[in-house]
Amino acid sequence: MFAEARIVAAKDLRLEWRSRVTTTQVVPFAVLTLVLFAFAIDPSRGVLGRVAPGLFWVAVLLSTTLAANRAHAVETDAGTRDMLRLSGLEPRAVFAGKAAAIVVQLLGLEIVLAAGTVVLYNVQLATPALLLSAALPATVALGAAGATYGALAASVRVRETLLPLLLLPVLAPVLIAATSATEAAIDSTPEAGWGWAGLLVVLALLYAGAGAGIYGVLLEDQ
Amino acid sequence: MAPAVRFHQAVALLGRFPALAGVDLDVAAGQIVLLRGPNGAGKTTLLRASAGLVPITSGSLEVLGHDLVTDPRSVRRRVGYAGTGAGLYDDLTVAGNVTFWTRAAGVAAEAGAEAMAHLEVDGRLADVAVAQLSTGQRKRALLAALVARRPELWLLDEPHAGLDEAGRDLVDELLRRAAAAGATVLFASHELDRAAGVATREVTIVGGIVVDDHPPEGNPAAAAVHRPAKTPYRSAEVPVVR
Repeated sequence: MFAEARIVAAKDLRLEWRSRVTTTQVVPFAVLTLVLFAFAIDPSRGVLGRVAPGLFWVAVLLSTTLAANRAHAVETDAGTRDMLRLSGLEPRAVFAGKAAAIVVQLLGLEIVLAAGTVVLYNVQLATPALLLSAALPATVALGAAGATYGALAASVRVRETLLPLLLLPVLAPVLIAATSATEAAIDSTPEAGWGWAGLLVVLALLYAGAGAGIYGVLLEDQ
Repeated sequence: MAPAVRFHQAVALLGRFPALAGVDLDVAAGQIVLLRGPNGAGKTTLLRASAGLVPITSGSLEVLGHDLVTDPRSVRRRVGYAGTGAGLYDDLTVAGNVTFWTRAAGVAAEAGAEAMAHLEVDGRLADVAVAQLSTGQRKRALLAALVARRPELWLLDEPHAGLDEAGRDLVDELLRRAAAAGATVLFASHELDRAAGVATREVTIVGGIVVDDHPPEGNPAAAAVHRPAKTPYRSAEVPVVR
């Protein structure tokens, strides 16, 4: 299964690399979100620094909807869904490949956004290990849920508007846990953050397991 | 020897519409069957059902010895389907597309290179993004991805459309070679003169049922391998869907 997932992930990443959608649309969108918040919130009262973790993850969350939509739009637009079903690839492998490709894109995005957050919001990171331990499972959870709900919305004509409606409520626990863990990583209170990081691992496993379990049905249903 | 494809009283619904309304059709291995009929007759649905892409809601369908009613995924790796949709990733090159589908099917990379050379989309064209190809070149690239998989059952929807004369000849040659190698071919076409020249059997579908089944006119060699459908003129019992 892993070999097949690697084939799918490599194809999706090659598609993104050649189309440049992530670098020219998703990343600028996320950075713009951060910049607009920086303008909207009064920095003199220290509010900006306090809400920085939440704004960071909201920007990642919104970008996830774009990446998830794109991951399945390429199949719909290219008319390749039938060929994908006929390819003999295991649906679980297709799911894992698509989720992995989304995760790689989101990790790249998070690096850019983290740099932007430090510059725009003037935050200092006290416990980088905690942030990494939270960000990785959070991103896997986002990628897994994005791949699942992207497939669910793929066959619907209004998928661009439907997908955020379906996806964002499901990702609310990830937003809360990731924000809390990031706050702890910034505030030098790591003991408060490790529990949230553990919860993110559970959420990542839950979303990945559920996605792998139902993706075949979603692929057949399209 | 069991037929490569056997429809018996097969009904397939698209939404609530019976696109196949009780099809009976046996296709022996090695046959090249032209599906003809007006738009909306059920030709594409029959092809997609044969690939396990459309469920059969009543009746039976066996393909390459597998019951597709109970397990529609069972034959997919052995079937090649080229629909009227694009089927290729615009942002990938021809080689990128063929390589992906070849690897996905678990076929050796050499098969992809051979298929691209055979369809004449190798060399300079191999590194061109599909979005920049002409319609005919795209069709050739799609067929290359199909040929590389070496399917046992070929299911083609309008395979000649968009191709120039040389491309059409190439398609005909591909179909003949596949059948000669033991593969079975079902294809739908509205270009009847061209299609009848390569088919060994013509099956006409109207309203989701087979209404005629005979060797193509002007192709006497086809009569030798022709095997008619079991009940070619049977009235369909169109299911009432509420």
